[in-house]
Amino acid sequence: MVVFEKPHALTDVPMHYCPGCTHGIVHRLVAEVIDELGIEGKTVGIAPVGCSVMAYNYFNCDMIEAAHGRAPAVATGVKRAEPDNIVFTYQGDGDLASIGTAETVHSAARNENITVIFINNAIYGMTGGQMAPTSLPGQVTQTSPYGRDVKLCGYPVKVCEMLSQLDGPEYLERVAVNNVKNIKNAKKAIKKAFQNQIDGKGFSLVEVISSCPTNWGLTPQNALKWIDEKMIPYYPLGVYKDRSAAKEETK
Amino acid sequence: MSEKVLMKGNEALAEAAIIAGCRHYFGYPITPQTEVAAYMAKRMPKIGGTFLQAESEIAAINMVYGVSSTGHRVMTSSSSPGISLKGEGLSYLAGSDLPALVINVQRGGPGLGGIQPSQSDYFQATKGGAHGDFHMIVLAPASVQEMADLTVKGFELADKYRMTSMVLADGTMGQMMEPVSLEYDIKPAPEKPWATTGTKMQREHNIINSLSLVPEELERLNIERYKRYDEVEKNEVMYEEYMMDDAEICIAAFGIAARVSKNAITEARRQGIKAGMIRPITLWPFPKAPFKKAAKSVKQFISVELSMGQMIEDVRLATECRVPVTLCNRVGGMIPSPEMVLEAIKEAAKNGGAR
Amino acid sequence: MAKLTFKTDNCKGCGLCVDACPKHVLQLAADKINKKGHHPVEAVKEDECIACAFCATMCPDCIIKIER
Repeated sequence: MVVFEKPHALTDVPMHYCPGCTHGIVHRLVAEVIDELGIEGKTVGIAPVGCSVMAYNYFNCDMIEAAHGRAPAVATGVKRAEPDNIVFTYQGDGDLASIGTAETVHSAARNENITVIFINNAIYGMTGGQMAPTSLPGQVTQTSPYGRDVKLCGYPVKVCEMLSQLDGPEYLERVAVNNVKNIKNAKKAIKKAFQNQIDGKGFSLVEVISSCPTNWGLTPQNALKWIDEKMIPYYPLGVYKDRSAAKEETK
Repeated sequence: MSEKVLMKGNEALAEAAIIAGCRHYFGYPITPQTEVAAYMAKRMPKIGGTFLQAESEIAAINMVYGVSSTGHRVMTSSSSPGISLKGEGLSYLAGSDLPALVINVQRGGPGLGGIQPSQSDYFQATKGGAHGDFHMIVLAPASVQEMADLTVKGFELADKYRMTSMVLADGTMGQMMEPVSLEYDIKPAPEKPWATTGTKMQREHNIINSLSLVPEELERLNIERYKRYDEVEKNEVMYEEYMMDDAEICIAAFGIAARVSKNAITEARRQGIKAGMIRPITLWPFPKAPFKKAAKSVKQFISVELSMGQMIEDVRLATECRVPVTLCNRVGGMIPSPEMVLEAIKEAAKNGGAR
Repeated sequence: MAKLTFKTDNCKGCGLCVDACPKHVLQLAADKINKKGHHPVEAVKEDECIACAFCATMCPDCIIKIER
């Protein structure tokens, strides 16, 4: 009996991510969910610009590569034209929370019936480790070599908290993938975000606190510890909005 | 003879798009093209289509990118500053070989410029308009009827060549009213096996993409794309010749400038000056052949433009600088008067097309 | 008794699986180098594997298959 194997929705193409980068874990979770919901044949994924730009090579469903930050707009077009397709975007923090902030906020405000997987690893990985909109105060990066000075460049953008103020979105949850327990929770959240779309509930975003060992300058193991020690205290895990659950409670 | 109705250019264009099978429109308000969005907002919900006012021009063109990826006919419209914002998307559409229709109802620039008619986005439209090697098919209407006709044509060409078609109109064409006939024989869109609408678990996954990190591969893709562009140049050039049989002075003009020029030519002919006009309808591909041919008999060309002189460069290239080409222009929202064009014709005639 | 299969050539030697295993079944093979140039994971005490799949859960490159 097979206890564990590569999900069908993942291709056999070896991923280009650095050793220990948790992008691969999140890719697998998305693929497992696609398998379990039996939706591979009608799913269309939108890849971002950033480390996961080549996600189109790793998923077996139809894929579109979008311009930097525009994935939610592209997803909007796909979903409006083909409402029966299941449409997800996979975006990093620079893509979703910096250059694509408007697309993120407005697709959420419209409660666009799409699923957004948001990788927050507090750095620009692909370009070699520059300060991200989500880099922590004091975090040393290539473009904040003396540590992120909040007087100079402001504070990190907390996406789930920000979007939770909107009436539009259906579901917002922040998870992490730095240990087995958190990964299991992350999968539950991702599954719910896809199920919500199938049920026509609307905009569902899962923010995944992820590691970037290479650009954080840490071993893969220490990078996972850094998530516990630095990232999660600043970005608390949990459900930030769940409109359907809230409705249930008030019944 | 089909029935004619009196319509505004922007509205005729919008209705023609719907007739051509476009069911998805994304836009952002900007003068002087807002009637297109308003018209679509009214019509699309009634026919099961999508009208969505995007948060920005950038979002609108990327929504177009999304719909186009699914194979459906889709459009957006804007005016000059908004088209600059769409530039990113235009480049990605080209890089991913996606068909789309984009309308630019031009206004004066640069910057915020003004809201009156202009043709100063000629370079932007015909020379690519954003980063990378690419072209759009650029169609220049000179009447409300052509606003509609070229919209239908634009969709057909976009699908045929997997390119963006741009209708490059100006504020005058958008705003004026004329009788139009909207009867078209719409051919079904070609099959789009590349579309991303789900594998249905029956084929390999489709990928819409403009990224290619291997230089040899990216070079090959560019060269193949330009072979397609060669086909467009060979097959799709459109222009109108007006009184060119014996013309000694030839006006080059498109859009509103061509209409003004027709009046000037009529008056020049009345005064015994043999004037004529070549009116490009496709600005890209530019009608090089008729200009090259005319350069053998014409003594002088006058490029009449609502810009500081943009199309004039293509006229000079097409005529291989064999004959003088002068500029007769107004800018900033001003339109050359027939009298101004007539003066330019008379001046040219006086010089005898001085070589 | 569980059976572990590794796509050894895709292993990047990050070691996250090694740390995740509660039974210390896995190690990075110090004496082997795969096509990517990494020391790949190997099972040193496969008979002690309880098929909890913690290793596969942590593996970013999906190289582990577990059968029971």
